[in-house]
Amino acid sequence: MNKVLGKVVSISGNMISVEFKGDIIQNEVGYVLLGKKRLKAEVIKIRGDIAYMQVFEYTKGIKVGDRIEFSGQMLSVQLGPGLLAQIYDGLQNPLPELAQEFGFFLPVGTELPAIAPKKWNFTPLVKKNDKVTGGSFLGHVPEGIFKHKIMVPFYIKEECIVESIVPKGNYKSDQTIAKIRNEDGKVIDVSMTFEWPVKIPIEAYAEKLSPSEPLITKIRIIDTLFPIAKGGTYCIPGPFGAGKTVLQQITSRHAEIDIVIIAACGERAGEVVETLREFPHIQDPRTGKPLMERTIIICNTSSMPVAARESSVYTAATIAEYYRQMGLNVLLLADSTSRWAQAMREISGRLEEIPGEEAYPAYLESRIANFYERSGLVRLRNGEMGSLTIGGTVSPAGGNFEEPVTQGTLKVVGAFYGLSRDRANARRFPSVSPLESWSKYTSIIPQDKIDTARSILFKGEGVNQMMKVVGEEGTSIDDFLIYLKAEFLDDVYLQQNGFDKVDAATTAERQQYVFSKIVDILRKEFTFTEKKEAREYFYKLRHNIIDLNYKEYGSNEFKNQEKKIDSLLKGENHA
Amino acid sequence: MRKVCTRILSIVGNVVTVRAEGVSYEELAEIATAREKSLAQVIRLDRDTVYLQVFAGSRGISTGDEVKFLGHPMRVGFSKSMLGRIFNGSGIPRDKGPAVTENMIDVAGPAVNPSKRIIPSNMIRTNIPMIDVFNSLVESQKLPIFSVSGEPYNELLARIAMQAEVDMIILGGIGLKFDQYLYFKHTLEESGAMNRAIFFIHTASDPIVEGLMVPDLSLAVAESFALQGKRVLVLLTDMTNFADALKEIAITMEQVPSNRGYPGDLYSQLASRYEKAVDFEGAGSITTLAVTTMPGDDVTHPVPDNTGYITEGQFYLRNGRIEPFGSLSRLKQLVNKKTREDHRAIMDGMIQLYAQYVEAEEKRAMGFRMSDWDKKLLKYGKLFEKDMMDLKVNIPVEGALDRGWDIISDCFNPNETNFRTELIQKFWPKNKD
Repeated sequence: MNKVLGKVVSISGNMISVEFKGDIIQNEVGYVLLGKKRLKAEVIKIRGDIAYMQVFEYTKGIKVGDRIEFSGQMLSVQLGPGLLAQIYDGLQNPLPELAQEFGFFLPVGTELPAIAPKKWNFTPLVKKNDKVTGGSFLGHVPEGIFKHKIMVPFYIKEECIVESIVPKGNYKSDQTIAKIRNEDGKVIDVSMTFEWPVKIPIEAYAEKLSPSEPLITKIRIIDTLFPIAKGGTYCIPGPFGAGKTVLQQITSRHAEIDIVIIAACGERAGEVVETLREFPHIQDPRTGKPLMERTIIICNTSSMPVAARESSVYTAATIAEYYRQMGLNVLLLADSTSRWAQAMREISGRLEEIPGEEAYPAYLESRIANFYERSGLVRLRNGEMGSLTIGGTVSPAGGNFEEPVTQGTLKVVGAFYGLSRDRANARRFPSVSPLESWSKYTSIIPQDKIDTARSILFKGEGVNQMMKVVGEEGTSIDDFLIYLKAEFLDDVYLQQNGFDKVDAATTAERQQYVFSKIVDILRKEFTFTEKKEAREYFYKLRHNIIDLNYKEYGSNEFKNQEKKIDSLLKGENHA
Repeated sequence: MRKVCTRILSIVGNVVTVRAEGVSYEELAEIATAREKSLAQVIRLDRDTVYLQVFAGSRGISTGDEVKFLGHPMRVGFSKSMLGRIFNGSGIPRDKGPAVTENMIDVAGPAVNPSKRIIPSNMIRTNIPMIDVFNSLVESQKLPIFSVSGEPYNELLARIAMQAEVDMIILGGIGLKFDQYLYFKHTLEESGAMNRAIFFIHTASDPIVEGLMVPDLSLAVAESFALQGKRVLVLLTDMTNFADALKEIAITMEQVPSNRGYPGDLYSQLASRYEKAVDFEGAGSITTLAVTTMPGDDVTHPVPDNTGYITEGQFYLRNGRIEPFGSLSRLKQLVNKKTREDHRAIMDGMIQLYAQYVEAEEKRAMGFRMSDWDKKLLKYGKLFEKDMMDLKVNIPVEGALDRGWDIISDCFNPNETNFRTELIQKFWPKNKD
């Protein structure tokens, strides 16, 4: 096949326009030929014989008249065994391999294979004459702690017959392991890897279901008050320094999930480095293996080219969907979606599109919605279930949530964790605001208990505001008690010490147990006459429960501490 | 052969267009006017129309002036002989020395591969207690100094330049007032720190576009020295001027503005500069301190706001002091466990007491009666401000920690503080209790 060629006619920032002859596809990948370098670019608009392309590299040095070679393919990622524990840039170039070959700096115009052709021990799951279709399991290979399913490529939509399949043994990932025949009698060779265009959701499943099962993050304020469901979506907006990234990092460590995909999109490189350097040494309590073995990092930090930032979230979503197809529960953490939206804004500006609010393109909201809609709980064709949960941080300008990205995101997510600078300044972590946040999913805690807690929090805040005006003297003892209870709940339960081994991760069982104890205290009628007395009592209680938080659940220390608390509660009237 | 054009098609703002072929994106050109020669950079190519951003501004350019393309992008020399020298925003000597032409390197090179970065672990001592003790500066960190006009931020930078424990200093001045430039020059010359410094200075009277190149020049030179094993500290003042220059060019180029007139890529533009801060495994490092003035003391203004999302913490300079609240060095936890065992305790303890002092001071200002405890706090607060917060205080971190114990023991009894008993036994001054 003759490759379609074109030549550059204009350059502005990372945007070039190209005169071409022949047929090209929207979102097709082309390469600007710059001597030996091949700068990757993607078609984003076609008008007449001019294609507008965003270049995934710095455009320094490109000339008018430089040649473009179109690939005939849309921007795609490679799927297959060997993705886990990898660190990719936004275009799925493996960063450690790039570093090995090119040293400190990212090279311009170079691509490396995303999946190194390595031998895998393949176990077949089908036999000759079995019926298969896109997404059917042909066999599996061991990848870290998982059985990585080798599937019929998803682009095969029709039913096919297995012509041949290799017996159990070691095969290279690019070797043909099966031949399948479609209805027209055409025989297709299948290897362990195949490509899929990043901007098209993978839908090789039977049906999508409504998310129902809670996803335990072991962060108390989330699991108890504002839960996430497996297959659901959530967003974390917050000003800088409020702890968005820390919250995402804690989630990526402790969440009860099979695979975590971290899309570090346009954020500080330093933060990714912590994950890169620490995850290989942190043990996953569920499997006993390093956390890195269940993690994939897609890393396109703020100083890397902007266009690749735009595609990095799609790369992450596609890889996440691929693992969901194996019947696994996947969590995709995107940090930060605002940088992704800004990348769209930059490109839209270069295209001279009519701007919407704050110069974001008019299609911003639909793009955000499309991205979050790639999440979901699905029933595969063989009856197994898989889920993809998406959590994105938002970095609103000036910390003001009334801006297009936050608002566009709030419309489509199932849970919202608003981070507040006041809480962060007061060192109340996680700084998720219990008053502003919400979730549409079902908690592990009975609703009536949540209602009690939330109403105390709201009333307590009301009293607190009032006290700022009238002072403590002007507040009645009943109101003051509500305020104390609200502060107590916040201090002993909603706040969590992310640096402590025990307190950092609270299991569902422990949450249910401790929370119902705390709700009992919140519901208890106290008969204090002096505010000082009440405050001292609650401070004592607080101290004791915080101590409890640091004790291993079910241990003797835990039980002893609990006894101390119980006696403190009984002795209240004599205090 | 170098391409030459003799006809300028349009002059709008600081951007001129000419007709030329075979010109590459971001290539440099030289425009010779009747008065001077100025550099210009290609910022857009549209078929045979070339848009050039003229560093010296478009004033005085004639449509008949000659535009000569140089065939390479912006470059800067790099050699040891640059130490002690002063250059302008085009990389041309400002002092009377010769131009540096050896080892020309491209500015704004590619980003560092994140997988080659390492977790930073070295503290940079500045002998300023508010930095060393409370928000330690860490090698490879990038920190802005948020401030309002009129604050002594340049004095602070000059002191850091003189005292910071690094191999060399690169000062990038963007829109610097002339007297401030002289101040930097004299202060560093007098202290002898000039021979380990390189200046790239764009003053307020220079054409605004020239200021755009200052961060790139400074960081490119810093990067080359860092690769040779030098620990480089880059001081930039003031990045708000840089952002304003970006804004001006964006508007001239009829780009759609996003927020208060700033271009949509402000974040990326700032990030690509700040992210140059790095610790090269087995070589040197770049640490960046950048003044960002906040118009109207508003931290939600696009420039400080975008900066805050990029950098690893911030220093707030207010009323001539580095504010203990709000200021944050995100990386301090990586280094302050290694200085002295009481470092973290003093850091937290003194700030907690100072926060209580602020409350007591508010009560006092509103006319409430002062308890004995309040009086102790008031005494403590005054001492803390005078002996710690004042920017004139100049002692190494160990001395500052000792002084911390002195201040605390002057005002309180050991049991009124919440330090661990072992620390009190070891560090509480013996002549008092």
